[in-house]
Amino acid sequence: MKPAPFEYRRPETVEEVIHLLAEYGDEAKLLAGGQSLIPTMNFRLAQPAMLIDLNTVEGLDGLDAGDDGSLRMGAMVRQAMAEKSALVAERVPLLAETLPYVAHAQIRNRGTIGGNLAHADPRSELPAVMLALAASVTVRGPDGERSIGARDFFAGFFETALEEGELLTEVVLPPAVEGGGQAFLEVSRRLGDYAMVGVAASVVCDGAGRCDQASIALLSVGSRPMLAERASACLVGERPSRATVVAAGHAAGNQDIDPPADMHASVAYRRRLATVLVRRALTTAFERAGCVIGEGAS
Amino acid sequence: MEVTLTVNGVEHRADVEPRLLLSDFLRHGLELTGTHVGCEHGVCGACTVLMDGAAVRSCLVFAVQADGCELATVEGLAPGGDELHPIQDAFREAHGLQCGFCTPGILMTLVPFLRENPDPSEAEVRAALSGNLCRCTGYQNIVAATRLAASKLREVEV
Repeated sequence: MKPAPFEYRRPETVEEVIHLLAEYGDEAKLLAGGQSLIPTMNFRLAQPAMLIDLNTVEGLDGLDAGDDGSLRMGAMVRQAMAEKSALVAERVPLLAETLPYVAHAQIRNRGTIGGNLAHADPRSELPAVMLALAASVTVRGPDGERSIGARDFFAGFFETALEEGELLTEVVLPPAVEGGGQAFLEVSRRLGDYAMVGVAASVVCDGAGRCDQASIALLSVGSRPMLAERASACLVGERPSRATVVAAGHAAGNQDIDPPADMHASVAYRRRLATVLVRRALTTAFERAGCVIGEGAS
Repeated sequence: MEVTLTVNGVEHRADVEPRLLLSDFLRHGLELTGTHVGCEHGVCGACTVLMDGAAVRSCLVFAVQADGCELATVEGLAPGGDELHPIQDAFREAHGLQCGFCTPGILMTLVPFLRENPDPSEAEVRAALSGNLCRCTGYQNIVAATRLAASKLREVEV
């Protein structure tokens, strides 16, 4: 047996989960898809005394289209289910574009959207998508329900704004905006590996063809997914051009991030990747928003 | 904890400890050792089985979580003692294996993939197998075998 012994519960309602969390506190771990938790348990890096399986909880796997164009996804929606969903493709094309980059098909068949976000791996793709789209999560705990914006949710290295006793129940993706365009890009050594750097970009152009909003979220560049604010500042209010996207790429790679070095990529290489990927992602995002700008060499 | 599950069409009941991995339950509990365990932390793909039709890593699922599920392992692929499944046949014919350790996981990954993608390109095959490590072949013959398997399956279905 690889994992250390634990007690195991299969609650059927969110209320039961909240009671169990209150009773067991730090001793308890929630099991969603288990594709990150079970490996750490197999290594005995995690040894929870109580494992609360969310797979039997009712009402956590809905995919609901809001009348306003938003999309609400239950925390236990499998990544593969979202990847194949026509509704996701229509409402949140950036998410549909990104999901094939998340690990491998076998992992996505078990892995969940909510589990991925609550795990808050800074190398993961989905947190960056949530940041770029200004999505929010709904969490429930002993004091009821609250909503947390993606910007506040990812607090640090594998750390979120979830308080003790709370669980993530839902992800809310805001409606698409007219004149909006998005793109996702990453570079990894092999398909399905953690990216050395990745970027999720979302832009909105106004009727006059100027950039109204630009959210550029980067992954694998630090302790949490982050928004490249200086890169955005190069774009907002400007007519998108080759020069502005190049400037945004440079700002992202050289000013916004302070990336780590590891066996896969040096600091300089990560800066270079961020510079190039931000420029390319923005070029595609602006094209999809209806503002075509050329992509030259360099 | 009591579980009831179906493996390759046969129902099994067992009393298992919650921490027992599905991979270990299949191998030790049911003595279905065709499912191989390599890394046991979700990297190598050798332990891939089908759980309600979807390819999953059985080292990243607890046996208790398969309660009520339909499982398929490599032992259930061949229709009879002397007959191979078309995917197995293609792997034999195109030399899609050397030591064979990774093969059960690759075959089980390919069953749903080829059902959903009857005529995949080389790039699609490589993407589909990105979660299965082979340390012998260099993948060339695995990709060739997969495309041969796809053509055999297409013939079967016509």
